[in-house]
Amino acid sequence: MNASPTPPPARAAQPKIVSRNVTKIYSTVRGPVIAIDDFSLDVAEREFVCIVGPSGCGKSTYLRILAGLDSLTSGQIRIRPGADPGKPLNSVVFQEYAVFPWKTVIENVAFGLQMRGVAERERLEIAQRWLERVGLAKFAGYYPSQISGGMKQRVSIVRALANDPEVLLMDEPLGALDAQTRIVLQDELLRIWEETHKTVVYITHSLDEAILLGDRVIVMSAHPGRLLETFEVDIPRPRNVDTMNTPRFAELRGEIWSLLGREVTRAMEMQG
Amino acid sequence: MSAGAVPPRFVVPDEPLERPARRVGPALRYLLAVLALAVVWNAVFYATGLWRTLWWLWLFGNFVLIVLSAERVGRVVPPRGRKLYERSLAFGFPVLAILAWQFIVDVGILSPLWFPQPIRIAQALWELIVSYDRFSGTSLIGRPWLIPQAIGENGWTGAWALIAEGHVWATLGRVFAGFVLGAIPGILLGIVMGINQTVRLMLDTTLSAIYVLPKIAIFPIVMLMFADPFGEGPKITVVALSVFFLMTINTMAGVRDIDPVFIMAGRNYGARGLQLFRHVIIPAAMPVIFAGLRLALGTALIVIISVEFLRAKQGVGFMTFYYWEVLNPEKMYAGLFVVMALGVVLTLALQWLQRRVMPWDRG
Repeated sequence: MNASPTPPPARAAQPKIVSRNVTKIYSTVRGPVIAIDDFSLDVAEREFVCIVGPSGCGKSTYLRILAGLDSLTSGQIRIRPGADPGKPLNSVVFQEYAVFPWKTVIENVAFGLQMRGVAERERLEIAQRWLERVGLAKFAGYYPSQISGGMKQRVSIVRALANDPEVLLMDEPLGALDAQTRIVLQDELLRIWEETHKTVVYITHSLDEAILLGDRVIVMSAHPGRLLETFEVDIPRPRNVDTMNTPRFAELRGEIWSLLGREVTRAMEMQG
Repeated sequence: MSAGAVPPRFVVPDEPLERPARRVGPALRYLLAVLALAVVWNAVFYATGLWRTLWWLWLFGNFVLIVLSAERVGRVVPPRGRKLYERSLAFGFPVLAILAWQFIVDVGILSPLWFPQPIRIAQALWELIVSYDRFSGTSLIGRPWLIPQAIGENGWTGAWALIAEGHVWATLGRVFAGFVLGAIPGILLGIVMGINQTVRLMLDTTLSAIYVLPKIAIFPIVMLMFADPFGEGPKITVVALSVFFLMTINTMAGVRDIDPVFIMAGRNYGARGLQLFRHVIIPAAMPVIFAGLRLALGTALIVIISVEFLRAKQGVGFMTFYYWEVLNPEKMYAGLFVVMALGVVLTLALQWLQRRVMPWDRG
């Protein structure tokens, strides 16, 4: 297992996200627990990077550190600011939606803009435009309790996009959805990404999803979380759900799974 | 898969399945049986004269028979009639219970001295509303029909004097003042304790200890703290204290129970300090805060009525206790009824407020 944390030279030119030797150690009553061990990853501008790994490999922790919601024990993380210093560096789409139940759909989408002091009229206009793009315009005045799980996660995704961040961080955003809704939203994510070309770090436990969406798939190991291997996804864009039926897709899946499957088994044995 | 080779394993009928009609027949038969049982039950009690001595068993039997028939009716009620059915259960039963009470006292099973008939309690209540007690200078609701005349004679002071003589308004004023003075600081401290671990660790034990202390027990001390121990100050303070501790503990639990993902989302989207409070922490804790307010309302009423029993010249509690001392049970029961009515009205008001403050929380 020779992990190659050094990205190809083409990307190294001006990475959007630089993380070097990230280590996260929790101190517990039973002693220190290493969640992430010496994890290095650079992400280029406009790149879509997917991270997969067994449960407990620290991929969500890494994302929270990246988002500034958690501290790191050692190492370095930097998101390069863009030309407009007013733009937020990152916005997170959380697995459990984290859509505020006490705000209407449109208020949720406009939340980031509101916190940055954008005038009400302007932020509602922006939010409305985003809602239209994902077909939620007529639900603008609804409360989250009145819409379905798939719709809530759409709201959560456009809340991040309306905030227009430098990078989009997605933490298993489709993990809680049923299989059909998931496919529909994967298609939608591909479509939106074609339009916006945001820099994305995407955590998922679905290998299919990672290959379908990503330019690169990073495989992590569990206990402690280390970078195992990087796979380039050379399937041309634009992609859609049918891409999963191509031979190249199956080939890549087989190749990555031979590594990931072993890792998942090892993680399960360690827990058992 | 070639379908022709394998014989079908399930026989699909040619005709569409018949939709089961709503069948009233069995329900009707069942109800008739229950009715027959009721006739027998009541006839036996009537013939043997046992209904006078075993009246509670007799009534309980009838209660069971009503439950049995209502259950069966409930199963065949069409969706459109559901609301009516539920309403008639919710309001019909109290009416039946009151009728039973009236009957039992009328026939002399229970003494009208301790359990005056509902109709006489209603009369007493009416009397309390329309009459003015010269001795204590009070009335139940302040004789509002005299207000136009009073304004004509003495202006607003005249109207105010009328309102001020009302027991209900005195009690309501104390509850309201105590409620606000206790709930607001309680909610604020509760939020601080929910967020800050240091403050929580320092205060939690002490607050839990004081919370369980019956506030009526410290009323004498509270009285001594005021220049006018018999005035409104001590009464409002005891109500405020009991509300305060309850709200602190409840709000703290509410804030601690907030799903951390909401806080993370709030922070990630740029909410800091007060913004985080306004947009995330307070609305997220709101359901628990309102549950606490509901409990606090009950506590506030209990405390103020007990305080008015002890030491007051006015108030619904004072009035109730006064008529007990002069052995006028009808008016005492009327006083208890007013307390219950206050509880219902205040709870409805709180629910209205909750719907206004938390429009997202519907069903």
